[in-house]
Amino acid sequence: MSIKVKIVSPEKVLFAHDADMAVMPGAEGDIAAMPDHAPLMLTLRGGVVDIYEGDAVTNRFFVAGGFADIAPSHCTILADRATKLEDLSVDDAEARLAGLEKSYEEADKMNVPALDILMDKIQSARAEIEAAQSAIPGMSL
Amino acid sequence: MASLKDLRARIGSVKSTRKITSAMKMVAAAKLRRAETRAAAARPYADAMRRMLAEVARSVAGEGGQPALLTGTGQDKVHLLVPMSSDRGLAGAFNSNINRTTRNLVLKLQSEGKTVKILPVGRKTYDFLSRDFSDLIIDHRHLAAGKEIPFSAAAELGEQITSLLEKGEFDVCTLVYNQFRNVMTQTPTEMQLIPLALPDNDNADNAQVAAYEFEPDEGTLLSSLLPRNLQVQIYATMLETAAGENGARMTAMDNATRNAGKAIDRLTLKYNRTRQTNITNELIEIISGAQAV
Repeated sequence: MSIKVKIVSPEKVLFAHDADMAVMPGAEGDIAAMPDHAPLMLTLRGGVVDIYEGDAVTNRFFVAGGFADIAPSHCTILADRATKLEDLSVDDAEARLAGLEKSYEEADKMNVPALDILMDKIQSARAEIEAAQSAIPGMSL
Repeated sequence: MASLKDLRARIGSVKSTRKITSAMKMVAAAKLRRAETRAAAARPYADAMRRMLAEVARSVAGEGGQPALLTGTGQDKVHLLVPMSSDRGLAGAFNSNINRTTRNLVLKLQSEGKTVKILPVGRKTYDFLSRDFSDLIIDHRHLAAGKEIPFSAAAELGEQITSLLEKGEFDVCTLVYNQFRNVMTQTPTEMQLIPLALPDNDNADNAQVAAYEFEPDEGTLLSSLLPRNLQVQIYATMLETAAGENGARMTAMDNATRNAGKAIDRLTLKYNRTRQTNITNELIEIISGAQAV
């Protein structure tokens, strides 16, 4: 028994395959999509999606926020931006983080919704750096 | 009567025009194929987004205080038009169709007493509209000329429209773009972005599907889905515009190449006849000269 896992970004489909479990970073905590999971829709924060077959992680993707649609037989992850973990670059992410922190400093502190969006982006950039670093030292997938 | 030299020059220039148009046709065909691939690659996200949105919207239907992106401001006074054309010309009627449709729409809305604002996307429609309606244009954007369109271009435009709505700058937002039917046909289409026409819910037919749960709650999820959905819709029309532009250019250049071929045939015939007449004349002169001796 497996579920159809699909990871799509606005530009293309990154991953579409059967898997036993997909663990994704929900905005309110990590969630695993498994066969016969109750239907659920959620928002994602920046983080890593792990695809499991059996007990082994077969694929890892970084997603920079988005949405997920979990159903008993399938799981669709709509990522704002998604990258294979191996293809991430620590330098790129750090440059992005520096830029975001700067615009946070300069942002209007009364404009709470805009600050929230910036905070989410900063969190996503930090998660990206962490994910990129974890992928470097000979990760056994 | 044109001299032989003039005719030779004209044939030469039509021949080089034909070379250019046939090269443009080949380039457009190659770009069209790439644009179609990209449009196809972007479809799964748009489909999944549509399904999610329909599901969430269904569960909040009937509740008050829904986001303005979904229901609009409740008024119908200020219209924001977003015409979308290509950045480059020589694509047949592709851009002039958009321009004409937009122009008629502006005049129609104005005659109904509405205020119209225009945010043109693509250089061709901006150039055209800034002649007649320069006071209505609030801003303009270019598509990535010739290059591939990144999603961020659509995201920025979506964010701009969202923030204009939040500031109460308009009540209804309509996109005018060329719908890509096939390589030969692109139809100018008006698509209302705000208030949003809710998509069909595929899941509704399927009674087996249990009610969805939402995390965070429906309202929050809806308010983060809607801006994204706007961007996705804009992105889809941008890709369709890119594909349509190349399709239209391919067709136009194919016709131009064929016309150039016909013109060359006609000119060559004329050239040969003129040459023959000249030779005949010369012969007559020589013979009558010889007879006179």
